[in-house]
Amino acid sequence: MQVIIILIEILILFAIVMLHVAYATYFERKIIGHMQVRLGPMRVGWHGLLQPIADGIKSFFKEDVVPEQADVFTFRAAPIICLVAMMTSLAVLPFAKGWVLADINIGLLFIFAMSSLSSYGVILAGWASNSKFTFLGGLRSMAQVISYEIAMGLSLVGVMMMSGTLNLTKIVEAQGASFSGMYVFPQIIAFFVFCVAMLAETNRVPFDLPEAETELVSGYCTEYSGMRYAIFFMAEYIGMMVMASIGTICFLGGWSGPFEVALFPPFWFVAKVYVFMFFFIWIRATLPRYRYDQLMEVGWKLLIPLALGNIVLTGFIKAFTG
Amino acid sequence: MFTLIFFCYCAVMIIGSGLLAIIMRNPVHSLLSVLVLFFHMAGLYLMLNAEFLAAVQIIVYAGAILVLYLFVMFLVNIREELKMDRFVQSAWLSRIISIGIGFSLIAILPAFVLGEKGHWPLEAIQKATNTKALGQELYSTYILPFEIAGLILLIAVVGGLVLAKRNSSTTIEKS
Repeated sequence: MQVIIILIEILILFAIVMLHVAYATYFERKIIGHMQVRLGPMRVGWHGLLQPIADGIKSFFKEDVVPEQADVFTFRAAPIICLVAMMTSLAVLPFAKGWVLADINIGLLFIFAMSSLSSYGVILAGWASNSKFTFLGGLRSMAQVISYEIAMGLSLVGVMMMSGTLNLTKIVEAQGASFSGMYVFPQIIAFFVFCVAMLAETNRVPFDLPEAETELVSGYCTEYSGMRYAIFFMAEYIGMMVMASIGTICFLGGWSGPFEVALFPPFWFVAKVYVFMFFFIWIRATLPRYRYDQLMEVGWKLLIPLALGNIVLTGFIKAFTG
Repeated sequence: MFTLIFFCYCAVMIIGSGLLAIIMRNPVHSLLSVLVLFFHMAGLYLMLNAEFLAAVQIIVYAGAILVLYLFVMFLVNIREELKMDRFVQSAWLSRIISIGIGFSLIAILPAFVLGEKGHWPLEAIQKATNTKALGQELYSTYILPFEIAGLILLIAVVGGLVLAKRNSSTTIEKS
């Protein structure tokens, strides 16, 4: 019986997340359109509201091309590895009190593990396509993800030290319901490092070098078409959502807000995640792309020392104030 | 019952993917099977209530070390640069040697004994969470070995830096 309930919960979460992914693309196109004084999608449905559904159906029925010299098994598996890793991390996210599929004690570490697994999808896609552009895109993504994962992990150590747990629900509870309890204030350095590393981890502008279209066509997914390309796309947007959720949980107090919304407890969580998503898109419409050596320099020479310093500082404060 | 099935599944997968890792011709494929192996080892740790170890196993081994292997493999040309001479010329001699090593490994197996029980029963670990228990033990009972391990890693880091520095200076001199 319990298994069936969990399965139904998983299905509901899956459906909501997929709808979310579809409409996040619409959200992004509309916002960027208005920021650039355009209208964005307008044709399909009222103000283009049905555009994501049309796009989804289109990519589903497109031809699935496998390049002749490609490593077929790895080529087929790569997008699935990406999507599975991203979807799995959804299981440990607490959307509201008790609204979590698996409330495990190592929630934060679990998400790190899954995000490092998803980088395999990108790398293998780059290698298996047997094309120079995809290969370079894969190599770049590999180096970028390894470097920024360190910065991201270290930035969250401060949060772990303050809350004394790795369980995401308990991290939210440790921040309390008040506005001043949010970790974004005492951990402001960590929050800065996290925000930059978050952009790099999800391969977003200004760190979207793995798919820099002016140099690499479309980076690691150049050779993919139809549904497999759409799976990469979905994985990217779910990744954005997971990162935004981690930011919300660890720094912005999760589901707690100024007042309780009785009918829909995750209201504040979702609102904060959307603020993060808006931030992602805003950055994309504003900043130019970094050069590759600049990217590595920012990661290793700025973010990692900052995050390490933050750990030492937090440790000292914790030792002296108890 | 469930744990037994899970253990058997993990054990079979570990042995199978370990074998595949050395049988596969394509190094990327054998690396992938090592990835599968790491995940099943993490599964075994989970079964032993060591969830922290399981997560670290995946983050460190699958997420960092194996990716670096992949990196190195992509950067060197495997067909041309990694040709090694055989250690033993005759094929039969090498077979005999490897069978001998295999037998001696199996013969050693009975010598393994269970370690003595620590002062952390399962309930205490579950109550304090595995991460906390591990941290407390590491930083109190085993602080000296922990520091020694840290020192060894530091030496390795410094050594890597020195090697990399020396190489770059010699290439500059040559050019």
